[in-house]
Amino acid sequence: MANSIKIKTSVNGDVCNVKALIKHVMETGQRKDAKTGKVIPAKFIQELVCTHNGKAVLNANWGTAVSANPYLSFEFNGAKAGDKLVMNWTDNTGESDSAEHTV
Amino acid sequence: MKRRVFLKGTLASSAVAVAVGAGLLNPRQVLAAWPKSAFEAKSMQEALNGAFGSELTEPTDAIQIKAPDIAENGAVVPVTVSTNLSNPESISILADGNPTPLAANFMLAANTAGSVSTRIKMGKTSNVVAVVKSGGKLYSARKEVKVTIGGCGG
Repeated sequence: MANSIKIKTSVNGDVCNVKALIKHVMETGQRKDAKTGKVIPAKFIQELVCTHNGKAVLNANWGTAVSANPYLSFEFNGAKAGDKLVMNWTDNTGESDSAEHTV
Repeated sequence: MKRRVFLKGTLASSAVAVAVGAGLLNPRQVLAAWPKSAFEAKSMQEALNGAFGSELTEPTDAIQIKAPDIAENGAVVPVTVSTNLSNPESISILADGNPTPLAANFMLAANTAGSVSTRIKMGKTSNVVAVVKSGGKLYSARKEVKVTIGGCGG
Protein backbone atom coordinates (compact mmCIF):
# COMPACT_ATOMS: atom_id res chain seq x y z
CA MET A 1 0.00 0.00 0.00
CA ALA A 2 2.83 2.33 -0.58
CA ASN A 3 2.15 5.70 -2.16
CA SER A 4 -1.49 5.87 -1.23
CA ILE A 5 -0.91 9.43 -0.04
CA LYS A 6 -0.21 12.43 -2.20
CA ILE A 7 0.88 15.58 -0.39
CA LYS A 8 1.29 19.08 -1.75
CA THR A 9 2.48 22.00 0.28
CA SER A 10 2.95 25.67 -0.32
CA VAL A 11 4.68 28.06 2.05
CA ASN A 12 3.57 31.67 2.32
CA GLY A 13 5.62 33.59 4.88
CA ASP A 14 5.82 31.04 7.65
CA VAL A 15 2.34 29.66 7.05
CA CYS A 16 2.37 26.30 5.40
CA ASN A 17 -0.66 25.10 3.48
CA VAL A 18 -0.93 21.33 3.27
CA LYS A 19 -3.15 19.53 0.79
CA ALA A 20 -3.36 15.77 0.83
CA LEU A 21 -5.18 13.20 -1.21
CA ILE A 22 -5.37 9.63 0.04
CA LYS A 23 -6.38 6.64 -2.00
CA HIS A 24 -8.80 4.60 0.08
CA VAL A 25 -12.20 2.98 -0.50
CA MET A 26 -13.76 4.35 2.73
CA GLU A 27 -16.42 1.64 2.73
CA THR A 28 -19.20 2.33 5.25
CA GLY A 29 -20.34 -1.21 5.91
CA GLN A 30 -23.89 -0.21 5.01
CA ARG A 31 -23.81 -0.86 1.29
CA LYS A 32 -24.80 -4.15 -0.26
CA ASP A 33 -23.13 -5.86 -3.14
CA ALA A 34 -25.57 -5.61 -6.06
CA LYS A 35 -24.73 -9.11 -7.28
CA THR A 36 -24.54 -11.17 -4.13
CA GLY A 37 -26.77 -9.11 -1.86
CA LYS A 38 -24.20 -9.38 0.88
CA VAL A 39 -23.18 -6.40 2.94
CA ILE A 40 -19.79 -5.07 1.97
CA PRO A 41 -17.71 -5.00 5.15
CA ALA A 42 -16.68 -1.62 6.48
CA LYS A 43 -13.19 -0.43 5.67
CA PHE A 44 -12.40 3.16 6.45
CA ILE A 45 -9.62 5.31 7.81
CA GLN A 46 -10.00 5.85 11.52
CA GLU A 47 -6.97 7.88 12.41
CA LEU A 48 -4.72 10.21 10.56
CA VAL A 49 -1.69 11.92 12.04
CA CYS A 50 0.37 14.61 10.39
CA THR A 51 3.67 15.63 11.92
CA HIS A 52 5.97 18.50 11.05
CA ASN A 53 9.63 17.90 11.94
CA GLY A 54 8.47 15.18 14.33
CA LYS A 55 5.86 17.35 16.06
CA ALA A 56 2.17 16.61 15.53
CA VAL A 57 0.33 19.44 13.81
CA LEU A 58 -2.91 17.65 13.05
CA ASN A 59 -4.56 14.58 14.50
CA ALA A 60 -7.75 13.46 12.86
CA ASN A 61 -10.33 10.84 13.79
CA TRP A 62 -12.56 9.94 10.91
CA GLY A 63 -15.82 8.08 10.66
CA THR A 64 -17.44 6.35 7.74
CA ALA A 65 -18.92 9.60 6.45
CA VAL A 66 -15.66 10.83 4.97
CA SER A 67 -15.73 10.44 1.19
CA ALA A 68 -13.84 7.76 -0.68
CA ASN A 69 -10.32 8.83 -1.63
CA PRO A 70 -10.36 11.48 1.10
CA TYR A 71 -9.10 14.98 0.54
CA LEU A 72 -7.77 17.06 3.36
CA SER A 73 -6.35 20.53 3.58
CA PHE A 74 -5.16 22.62 6.50
CA GLU A 75 -2.60 25.26 7.44
CA PHE A 76 -0.05 25.64 10.16
CA ASN A 77 2.52 28.23 11.23
CA GLY A 78 6.25 27.97 11.67
CA ALA A 79 7.23 26.07 8.57
CA LYS A 80 10.04 26.78 6.17
CA ALA A 81 11.23 25.19 2.96
CA GLY A 82 13.06 21.94 3.52
CA ASP A 83 11.06 20.94 6.58
CA LYS A 84 9.89 17.38 6.82
CA LEU A 85 6.23 16.51 6.90
CA VAL A 86 5.03 12.97 7.63
CA MET A 87 1.46 11.79 7.22
CA ASN A 88 0.25 8.49 8.56
CA TRP A 89 -3.14 6.79 8.44
CA THR A 90 -4.61 3.66 10.01
CA ASP A 91 -7.91 2.10 9.02
CA ASN A 92 -10.33 -0.09 10.96
CA THR A 93 -8.85 -3.28 9.55
CA GLY A 94 -5.44 -2.34 10.94
CA GLU A 95 -3.98 -1.44 7.59
CA SER A 96 -1.84 1.66 7.54
CA ASP A 97 0.40 3.75 5.35
CA SER A 98 2.60 6.76 5.75
CA ALA A 99 4.22 9.25 3.44
CA GLU A 100 7.03 11.73 3.81
CA HIS A 101 7.09 15.08 2.14
CA THR A 102 9.62 17.88 2.06
CA VAL A 103 8.04 21.31 2.24
CA MET B 1 1.41 -12.47 2.45
CA LYS B 2 0.52 -13.19 6.08
CA ARG B 3 4.06 -12.42 7.08
CA ARG B 4 3.82 -9.11 5.33
CA VAL B 5 0.64 -8.16 7.19
CA PHE B 6 2.24 -9.24 10.43
CA LEU B 7 5.34 -7.15 9.80
CA LYS B 8 3.23 -4.15 8.96
CA GLY B 9 1.30 -4.59 12.19
CA THR B 10 4.41 -4.73 14.31
CA LEU B 11 5.89 -1.74 12.53
CA ALA B 12 2.77 0.31 13.12
CA SER B 13 2.55 -0.57 16.80
CA SER B 14 6.23 0.11 17.38
CA ALA B 15 5.84 3.49 15.71
CA VAL B 16 3.08 4.31 18.17
CA ALA B 17 5.24 3.13 21.07
CA VAL B 18 8.09 5.35 19.89
CA ALA B 19 5.72 8.28 19.58
CA VAL B 20 4.47 7.75 23.14
CA GLY B 21 8.02 7.37 24.43
CA ALA B 22 9.09 10.60 22.79
CA GLY B 23 6.19 12.40 24.44
CA LEU B 24 4.66 13.31 21.12
CA LEU B 25 1.36 11.86 22.10
CA ASN B 26 0.41 12.06 25.69
CA PRO B 27 -1.18 8.87 27.04
CA ARG B 28 -4.56 10.49 27.54
CA GLN B 29 -4.72 11.28 23.86
CA VAL B 30 -3.79 7.75 22.96
CA LEU B 31 -6.48 6.33 25.20
CA ALA B 32 -8.98 8.73 23.70
CA ALA B 33 -7.98 7.56 20.25
CA TRP B 34 -10.88 6.94 17.92
CA PRO B 35 -13.93 7.36 20.17
CA LYS B 36 -16.01 4.45 18.94
CA SER B 37 -19.15 5.48 20.79
CA ALA B 38 -19.06 8.91 19.17
CA PHE B 39 -18.61 7.66 15.63
CA GLU B 40 -21.20 4.92 15.96
CA ALA B 41 -23.76 7.13 17.65
CA LYS B 42 -27.04 7.38 15.78
CA SER B 43 -28.05 10.86 16.92
CA MET B 44 -26.39 14.24 17.19
CA GLN B 45 -26.70 14.26 20.99
CA GLU B 46 -25.09 10.86 21.40
CA ALA B 47 -22.32 11.77 18.99
CA LEU B 48 -21.52 14.99 20.82
CA ASN B 49 -21.69 13.26 24.19
CA GLY B 50 -19.38 10.54 22.95
CA ALA B 51 -16.87 12.95 21.49
CA PHE B 52 -16.89 15.73 24.06
CA GLY B 53 -18.84 14.41 27.05
CA SER B 54 -21.39 17.15 26.55
CA GLU B 55 -24.07 17.96 24.02
CA LEU B 56 -24.30 21.64 24.87
CA THR B 57 -22.85 23.84 22.20
CA GLU B 58 -23.08 27.58 21.86
CA PRO B 59 -24.11 28.85 18.43
CA THR B 60 -21.66 31.43 17.16
CA ASP B 61 -20.90 33.54 14.10
CA ALA B 62 -17.21 32.94 14.56
CA ILE B 63 -17.35 29.65 12.68
CA GLN B 64 -17.75 29.69 8.93
CA ILE B 65 -18.85 26.64 6.99
CA LYS B 66 -18.16 26.62 3.31
CA ALA B 67 -20.25 23.96 1.61
CA PRO B 68 -22.44 23.94 -1.48
CA ASP B 69 -26.13 24.94 -1.08
CA ILE B 70 -27.04 22.07 -3.35
CA ALA B 71 -24.84 19.01 -3.61
CA GLU B 72 -25.49 17.01 -6.73
CA ASN B 73 -23.64 14.00 -5.43
CA GLY B 74 -24.02 13.24 -1.75
CA ALA B 75 -21.03 10.92 -1.84
CA VAL B 76 -18.67 13.84 -2.25
CA VAL B 77 -19.64 17.05 -0.49
CA PRO B 78 -16.72 19.45 -0.10
CA VAL B 79 -16.78 21.14 3.30
CA THR B 80 -14.46 23.79 4.65
CA VAL B 81 -14.74 24.85 8.26
CA SER B 82 -12.84 27.86 9.47
CA THR B 83 -13.04 29.73 12.71
CA ASN B 84 -11.68 32.91 14.19
CA LEU B 85 -12.19 31.74 17.74
CA SER B 86 -8.94 32.04 19.63
CA ASN B 87 -6.93 28.91 20.18
CA PRO B 88 -9.19 26.27 18.63
CA GLU B 89 -8.42 22.81 20.06
CA SER B 90 -10.52 20.74 17.73
CA ILE B 91 -12.86 21.02 14.78
CA SER B 92 -15.56 18.43 14.22
CA ILE B 93 -17.79 18.01 11.22
CA LEU B 94 -21.21 16.38 11.54
CA ALA B 95 -24.08 15.81 9.13
CA ASP B 96 -27.27 15.45 11.15
CA GLY B 97 -29.17 13.45 8.54
CA ASN B 98 -26.60 10.67 8.30
CA PRO B 99 -27.08 7.27 9.96
CA THR B 100 -24.04 8.14 12.07
CA PRO B 101 -23.79 11.95 12.22
CA LEU B 102 -20.16 12.37 13.24
CA ALA B 103 -18.00 12.49 10.12
CA ALA B 104 -14.65 13.77 11.24
CA ASN B 105 -12.89 15.21 14.22
CA PHE B 106 -9.66 17.14 13.78
CA MET B 107 -7.42 17.83 16.75
CA LEU B 108 -5.31 20.90 16.12
CA ALA B 109 -1.89 21.66 17.51
CA ALA B 110 -1.20 25.13 18.92
CA ASN B 111 0.44 26.30 15.70
CA THR B 112 -2.23 24.90 13.41
CA ALA B 113 -4.68 27.36 11.91
CA GLY B 114 -8.38 26.99 12.70
CA SER B 115 -9.36 25.89 9.25
CA VAL B 116 -9.75 22.47 7.66
CA SER B 117 -11.23 21.26 4.41
CA THR B 118 -12.34 17.80 3.51
CA ARG B 119 -15.04 15.96 1.61
CA ILE B 120 -17.84 14.09 3.31
CA LYS B 121 -20.71 11.80 2.39
CA MET B 122 -24.29 12.86 3.04
CA GLY B 123 -27.20 10.46 2.89
CA LYS B 124 -29.88 13.10 2.41
CA THR B 125 -30.60 16.80 2.64
CA SER B 126 -29.64 17.94 6.11
CA ASN B 127 -27.55 20.34 8.11
CA VAL B 128 -23.79 20.24 8.15
CA VAL B 129 -22.80 21.11 11.69
CA ALA B 130 -19.36 22.27 12.68
CA VAL B 131 -18.37 22.07 16.32
CA VAL B 132 -15.27 23.85 17.50
CA LYS B 133 -13.75 23.35 20.92
CA SER B 134 -11.97 26.41 22.20
CA GLY B 135 -10.92 27.17 25.75
CA GLY B 136 -12.83 24.13 27.04
CA LYS B 137 -16.11 25.34 25.53
CA LEU B 138 -18.00 24.02 22.54
CA TYR B 139 -19.19 26.32 19.79
CA SER B 140 -21.22 25.35 16.80
CA ALA B 141 -22.50 26.56 13.47
CA ARG B 142 -24.69 24.91 10.88
CA LYS B 143 -25.50 25.14 7.21
CA GLU B 144 -28.14 23.31 5.23
CA VAL B 145 -26.99 21.33 2.22
CA LYS B 146 -29.55 19.97 -0.23
CA VAL B 147 -28.57 16.60 -1.58
CA THR B 148 -30.05 15.44 -4.85
CA ILE B 149 -28.42 11.99 -4.93
CA GLY B 150 -27.64 10.41 -1.57
CA GLY B 151 -24.20 9.10 -0.82
CA CYS B 152 -25.14 6.15 1.33
CA GLY B 153 -27.28 4.05 -1.02
CA GLY B 154 -26.11 0.87 -2.63
